[in-house]
Amino acid sequence: MLEVSGLSKRFGDFPAVNEVSFALRKGEILGLIGPNGSGKSTTFNLIAGAMRPSAGSIRFEGKEIGGLPAHKVCRMGLARTFQIPRPFRRLSLIENVTLAAHYGSGSAIGEGEARRRAKAAIETVGLPGANTSTEGLGAAALKKLELARALATQPRLLLADESLGGLDHTEMEHAALMLETIRSRLGITIIWVEHIMGLLMRVVDRVIVLDHGEKIFEGLPEVAARDARVTEVYLGHARA
Amino acid sequence: MMHEANRRIAPLILAAFGLAVVPFVTSDYVLHIAIQILLWGFVYTAWSLMGKFGLVSLGHGAFLGIGAYVSPLLWNYAGLTPWLGIPIGVLMAVLLALIIGYPCFRLRVIGHYFALVTLALSQVALLTIVAARDITGGSLGMTPRAVGHSWYALQFPEKPYFYAIALVVWVFGIGVWHFVDLGTGRAALDAIAEDEGAAAAIGINVMREKLRVTVASAALTAFGGALLSQYFMYVNPDTLSGIGVSLQIVFAAIAGGMYSAFGPTAGGLFTIALPEILRISMGTNFVGAANTIYGALLVIFIIFMPRGIIGLVERRLAAAPARI
Repeated sequence: MLEVSGLSKRFGDFPAVNEVSFALRKGEILGLIGPNGSGKSTTFNLIAGAMRPSAGSIRFEGKEIGGLPAHKVCRMGLARTFQIPRPFRRLSLIENVTLAAHYGSGSAIGEGEARRRAKAAIETVGLPGANTSTEGLGAAALKKLELARALATQPRLLLADESLGGLDHTEMEHAALMLETIRSRLGITIIWVEHIMGLLMRVVDRVIVLDHGEKIFEGLPEVAARDARVTEVYLGHARA
Repeated sequence: MMHEANRRIAPLILAAFGLAVVPFVTSDYVLHIAIQILLWGFVYTAWSLMGKFGLVSLGHGAFLGIGAYVSPLLWNYAGLTPWLGIPIGVLMAVLLALIIGYPCFRLRVIGHYFALVTLALSQVALLTIVAARDITGGSLGMTPRAVGHSWYALQFPEKPYFYAIALVVWVFGIGVWHFVDLGTGRAALDAIAEDEGAAAAIGINVMREKLRVTVASAALTAFGGALLSQYFMYVNPDTLSGIGVSLQIVFAAIAGGMYSAFGPTAGGLFTIALPEILRISMGTNFVGAANTIYGALLVIFIIFMPRGIIGLVERRLAAAPARI
């Protein structure tokens, strides 16, 4: 479904992402992990079209998407969430999601259909009161709004950026479960970037570990947990 | 429901009737002021199409100047009727808007930087007009060749004609404002104004939406400039182009309230009436007084009434039933 090969991004002389390659199968949940500054967010931004790669290719369903602007990538069926929720405060909750349904689906749809899709997305993530404003929404609700907005574009691939950040333990459990539900109920393939490893390891099918912009591991989560290099760069950092 | 609709429509009908009878009951002087308020109100409304979405342009003096100059130049030098000259001027303004807008939006020049880039545009337009003095008359300005009452030349010495034209054009401007304000287009522009990255991530073509509203705003501004020059039968770089005019547009739209349909027109009322009152009350003793007072008021408006005069009135009206 997604093939990334030789993907690189340099900021001046600094290689943020260096020759990263991986493939993603349809229906899979892939975890993308690594310590701070390992290049996972940059990789994510390159795939979502928020940044242009310096080199390499990104193929989504057989089409090259590397360097395409973000709105085109979204309309092709690849939606993302943001690590720190970015709601449109001037708009109500339902307007936020309807807007995504309207512009993100890739085909022209009417106002009624956009609203229907928005309501369905809001229901899926379990946000109450669609007509409320975004003011006063807590961290967990804002994360849900991010997810609802992405789902309203009817993606086939979802890029979830640190869905657990800023949540308490129960909320984290719910959020992880939500990603599983999205995959099983809606059949959406997921790449999940996360800093917190424990929960992610339980949910994902495979995991890729980045360090200093390079891929140092790709494989099953239980193998990653025993891998010496992963333990050193990732868990070593976490313990420190 | 019906009663509610009547209550909403009745004031509009009354206002339309009031505006329509103005030429029959007032003097030429009042009509002269009214025409200016309507035409400038139209220009301010055109600016607010961008301004209310955070696209603070200080370059509208350039669009106004192009609109104001192109048609009289074509009329004087080529005998081309304003019916063709005005659309040509509007097209040139649109072209300029695209030339400035595209790279700005592509390179994500936003906020203060966008204001600065467009500020430069204003001054370039002014300097170009002054530099081409052999054709444009430079800072002395120029007069379209007068032919008396003529539909072909769009010249009417009688004020009621221009009042009618100004009224129709102003209503058209309010219509465009409402059109932009309704539906998903407005929500998309609101989203862009807040967070371009997040807007693009949900499939909004940020560049296209911004260019659309910029082009509409520039086109209407140039159209307003053309009508102002036709009405005054005189164009001058200082009154219809340059930074001073750009600032006047921004001030009026903000003071009147750029988030309300009638806000920019209220700003027009303010900016046209204030210098007149000062001129009548103080004579020519304080020529610069109007600008000084503008400056002081702008600061006060931005700090205490960011939604402008009409914004404040709307808020008071909305709060009133709750208090009773």
